[in-house]
Amino acid sequence: MPVPTDKIGKRFAPVLYAVGREKIREYAHAVGETNPLYLDLEAAREAGFTDLVAPPMFAVVYAGPTFLSALFDPELEIDFAHLVHGSQAFEWGSLVVAGDEITTVLEFKDSSERAGLRFDVFESVSVNQRGERVSVGTWNTIIRGEG
Amino acid sequence: MALAEGDSIALSVTPDPYVTVRYAGASGDFNPIHIDEQFAQSVGLPGRILHGLWSMAQVARAVGEASGGDPAALRSLSAQFRGMGRLGEEIVVTGTVSTVADGLASVKLDAVQGSAKLVKGAVAEVRVG
Repeated sequence: MPVPTDKIGKRFAPVLYAVGREKIREYAHAVGETNPLYLDLEAAREAGFTDLVAPPMFAVVYAGPTFLSALFDPELEIDFAHLVHGSQAFEWGSLVVAGDEITTVLEFKDSSERAGLRFDVFESVSVNQRGERVSVGTWNTIIRGEG
Repeated sequence: MALAEGDSIALSVTPDPYVTVRYAGASGDFNPIHIDEQFAQSVGLPGRILHGLWSMAQVARAVGEASGGDPAALRSLSAQFRGMGRLGEEIVVTGTVSTVADGLASVKLDAVQGSAKLVKGAVAEVRVG
């Protein structure tokens, strides 16, 4: 299977995401979170936050779109029909609260072949409006060969 | 409530039939294998399957609840996706604190549905104290 090693290091254009209070609630409900800091504005303010806090995995919401669009980059020649999300990692920095503006830059970090499978690694680095890092995501995909 | 070496973590959740629709809207991942029964079957799946990142969010939730609800406690989480998650069947997340050092607990977790491991060998780093 051909592997686009010449595209390793490619960086995608920064993507800005404005974090909305109702989006945090929607996400928290969708994954079953019951922590009042994610759902109850008064509870979040009493705890000293300016607005609702985003759960850690909300990183998927602000950093996911640039990853999903990169999968369709023709230069990466991804066979979407045989694509599997193999593994995922996040490291978190500053907390994200509603009202934050998060900028994410995605990089195509690695591409290799093993046993007829293509392994790709993408890395997202997300910072808030103060330049503080809020998360680093590692997105690992596997492309199976035909047949 | 601080995590200590050897502590165990557990969380059970049964995904309802529309959770993938709500998660697609919440996350922006509208891959039809998660929301369209006919499409999922047309590509050889038994039916709609859960988003892997939804299952990972259950692991994160288990750690968060075990950390007393401090949203800043979880410092990192890595997860490998394995079996396909089905709707309507209970998922059990279990974890064990393997080490605590320098204010960080390392927790190993799995998310299992029936005989399928949906998330295997997840590792969470959690701030304690």
